[in-house]
Amino acid sequence: MNLKKLNIENKKVRDLIPQAITILALLSVIIYFATNAQINMGNRGISFGFGFLNQEASFDITFSMIEYDGSHSYGRAFLVGLLNTILVSVIGIFFATIAGVIVGVSRLSENYLIAKVAEWYVEIFRNIPLILQIFFWYFAALRALPLPENGISFNDISFLTIKGWYVPKFIWTNFNIFLLSIIAAIIAIYFIKSYATKQREQFGKQLPTISLSILTLILLPLISFLFFGVSLNFEYPVLKQLSPTVYTYAGGVSIIPELIALALALSMYTATFIAENVRAGILGVNKGQKEAAASIGLTKNQILKLVVMPQALRIIIPPTTNQYLNLTKNSSLAAAIAYPDIVLVFAGTALMQTGRAIEIISITMLTYLTLSISISIFMNWYNKKMAIKEK
Amino acid sequence: MKSIKTWILVGFASLLLVACGQGGGGAGSKKSKTLDNTKKAGFVKCGVSQGLPGFSNADASGNWSGIDVDVCRAVAAAVLGDADKVKYTPLSAKERFTALTSGEIDVLARNTTWTLSRDADIGLTFVGVNFYDGQGFMVRKNSGINSVNDFKNGISACTNTGTTTELNMRDFFNSKNIKYEPIAFEKADEVVQAYDAGRCDTYTTDKSGLAAQRTKMSNPDEHKVLPETISKEPLGPVVRQGDAVWEDIVRWSLNTMIEAEEYGVNSSNASSLKDSDNPAIKRLVGAEGELGAAFGLDNDWSLRIIEQVGNYGESYKKHIADTGILPNRGPNQLWTKGGILYVPPAR
Repeated sequence: MNLKKLNIENKKVRDLIPQAITILALLSVIIYFATNAQINMGNRGISFGFGFLNQEASFDITFSMIEYDGSHSYGRAFLVGLLNTILVSVIGIFFATIAGVIVGVSRLSENYLIAKVAEWYVEIFRNIPLILQIFFWYFAALRALPLPENGISFNDISFLTIKGWYVPKFIWTNFNIFLLSIIAAIIAIYFIKSYATKQREQFGKQLPTISLSILTLILLPLISFLFFGVSLNFEYPVLKQLSPTVYTYAGGVSIIPELIALALALSMYTATFIAENVRAGILGVNKGQKEAAASIGLTKNQILKLVVMPQALRIIIPPTTNQYLNLTKNSSLAAAIAYPDIVLVFAGTALMQTGRAIEIISITMLTYLTLSISISIFMNWYNKKMAIKEK
Repeated sequence: MKSIKTWILVGFASLLLVACGQGGGGAGSKKSKTLDNTKKAGFVKCGVSQGLPGFSNADASGNWSGIDVDVCRAVAAAVLGDADKVKYTPLSAKERFTALTSGEIDVLARNTTWTLSRDADIGLTFVGVNFYDGQGFMVRKNSGINSVNDFKNGISACTNTGTTTELNMRDFFNSKNIKYEPIAFEKADEVVQAYDAGRCDTYTTDKSGLAAQRTKMSNPDEHKVLPETISKEPLGPVVRQGDAVWEDIVRWSLNTMIEAEEYGVNSSNASSLKDSDNPAIKRLVGAEGELGAAFGLDNDWSLRIIEQVGNYGESYKKHIADTGILPNRGPNQLWTKGGILYVPPAR
């Protein structure tokens, strides 16, 4: 080995020294904290371990997407909370994106009224703390909604009441065949798309891809209904009397008001930020691009689809990823209005029943980390897909 | 495995570190680290609720009162000679045990139910019971529900999360084979709001809590508490495990208040009973024996508790009965008067 390379005057060696010191300092801080925690826990007779996850939880949860009751384990309760967090995040992201795009485009509208309404919406909803909005939607909605016996009826098949929104339950026969037909339709659409691309590139023909895709998506499941014994029945909610003045609905599916209020608050709030991203993205595309596209004879729709949107998306996606992450993390405010998300169920009830604060908070933090990283990975993949491809 | 544990501990170590300055305490010897630290600091660090009338509630000027608060005051009177030398930390149900095990507080007097798992599993020790409670149900008067036997499938019940209430509720409805919808909120105020709005048909928690929360409803007269009690809720003060002397001080501060009532010693007559004929009374007011020395306190420790805080009966009357929460003492009456308050003799 060349001694000169290890000399302090060598720039590479010199650059390494502060890095090495930083890492050493960081490591010693971590080790100090960890051993300190272990010693203190030992002194106070607190054990550390994850065995409690297999113990019976013995508390019930309002709303669960998988089978759960108190005889299941804490691990299962964790899963219920996690799925509920994912559910409200997915619903929130879906509606926030739709509302965000509509509001963002509206802000650029030439119609004065539409543009101003969109602007006021953004300014009001992004400047009020989210927790207040959640309380507002929950308690305002609760106070405004009628009791079950006076529920707002939608054609007598669905009822909106203070105890929840009762909707018909879907009862499928041969659901797996129906599912197969959907998958088949998606595969068919993929082939239609690649065929259309080939036609365009080789012969310059434009096929009506979108209409064809929609047709396939309707036709194939329809065939499964007509010829393969798939059928769908509904179980409607029915008013049930529990005592002289207490009513509820039996049958059907209840969408609890906590979920509605939380999803509403999260999407209304996040939509304002997405709207600004969309506006920035569209304004960020050079005017010359549109004019150039028009000059080669593209229609207005084609300009938007083929020229403006691909470039705008590059600006929109990265900050919108941040908003998706924020929405997912903000869903932890659910605990305030009794929506059984992971924080309420696991970092709340389970923590208090077991007293295992360190274990449970670690698991919860790791879970949010995993959720956020998954969203990031997906959005980075999408971003790369949309990025400029040098040919 | 050890390295994984170490890494996981890292995130929380800082939290513990902040609180760990207070140290644990030497078991076995007459030395108590908590006692020494309390004397040095000049106040007792006491964890209370965020506001439950009758138990621990702060008035507009921030003065705490209630029967839980009186336990803190008794300890301060015994240890520091002044019942007012208490620093109160309001805690949620979720924070209470962590605050105690981490050393942020030294006594937890926050209407906490004594259960096996809490006592044995998480580094805590319950020192006694200062209120025998039980879980009940509140319903609207016009609901036509007069007993828990009138509950039917589909009933929705609001409660607080993270308490024994949630577990009792499940046991109860399961034993009756009733399908119910549990809605658990983090804060009591939100439970009251949701129940008041009609989100749920019944509100369940400890009966003393129901009586106290009813006063917060928009129209208290529209609601009633059902007669049945579905659980045992012995509420009492808690200390950290591992400091036997401190544990004894808190236990006997509470016992002194109850025993004082039993022997008719109260805040106004205590000092005049120094020359009583009854040796038990003389011991209570510090005129006989050397009981305080057992925990490193002087002999007037119990006299100060009775003079400055009063006996249990006085405390109950002032905070629970006269405020209209539970005028009837029920099980919280002395064993000599038909209740179940019975403490070991101070001798």
